[in-house]
Amino acid sequence: MNVAERIAEARRTRDLAALTDAVPYAAFLGFSLTLLDGELVGKMRYADHLIGNPALPALHGGAIGALLESTAIFQILWDAETIVLPKTVNITVDYLRSGRPLDTFARGIITKHGRRVVNVRVEAWQEDRTRPIALANGHFLILPGDG
Amino acid sequence: MSAGDDARAARLELLRRLNRGFAEMVPHNRALGMELVSLDDADAVMRLPYAPHLVGNPDTGVLHGGAVSSLMDACCGAAVFMALAEPVPIATLDLRIDYLKPAAPGQDVIAHACCYKVTRNVAFVRSVAFHDSEADPIASAVGAFMLATRLGHWQRGAGT
Repeated sequence: MNVAERIAEARRTRDLAALTDAVPYAAFLGFSLTLLDGELVGKMRYADHLIGNPALPALHGGAIGALLESTAIFQILWDAETIVLPKTVNITVDYLRSGRPLDTFARGIITKHGRRVVNVRVEAWQEDRTRPIALANGHFLILPGDG
Repeated sequence: MSAGDDARAARLELLRRLNRGFAEMVPHNRALGMELVSLDDADAVMRLPYAPHLVGNPDTGVLHGGAVSSLMDACCGAAVFMALAEPVPIATLDLRIDYLKPAAPGQDVIAHACCYKVTRNVAFVRSVAFHDSEADPIASAVGAFMLATRLGHWQRGAGT
């Protein structure tokens, strides 16, 4: 199965693991998807190799960025009516607090779904959802026939 | 050996030592396989060797955007350190990445970052990622980093 077929299958069966299992970088990141109260939530399972600053210790900003970007892409795939692999045009990550050595969660909200481009806002948190550790805003191209 | 060769050997040895420290100190950089290529005033070049575990699209073998953003974040941070008169802890405030074209499967990605302004509290950086030439970029980034006002500022939890 290619990526598009796997997405179609996962949406049909609601098998979220099938979506992420095929992506090597998702395994490296410990990334998985869960449904929390009907919302799609991305999770990055804590592992020592995600640390960027061992003195604190704190998660690497790049790992948090990858969690936010992945969550945004899967949110688009989950909501979309047709299967087009979103391509990141750009993403801006604001780092609000240092990421502690814990599991990290992220939730993407589609702020504008245009014909060619989707704008997504994503928030990442750890133990307390009211204290986000990072925010991202990204634009993703959704052009049929791509990818 | 000429004086030029001596200087070059000394620089290479310094780079090797920095690379070791860099990998030992930053587990995520080590896990990604990142390495420092060169350092200069307010300037850093780093390489992300292509690796199968960093692939984002298994159909094409193209690297995940997250791996490229980790490289650019780390390279920007290194450029900030190279701009500071004395090292203080730094923390990424924000980072914007534009993806200009997909990375080619099987090829290493190089990032070049330059810290173009340092103020008392904040350092400003821009960076470009490419395979062979900066004139043919894969991604560009711009970011800001907070500088600790004194050593140990974040260790006491003030930044959290």
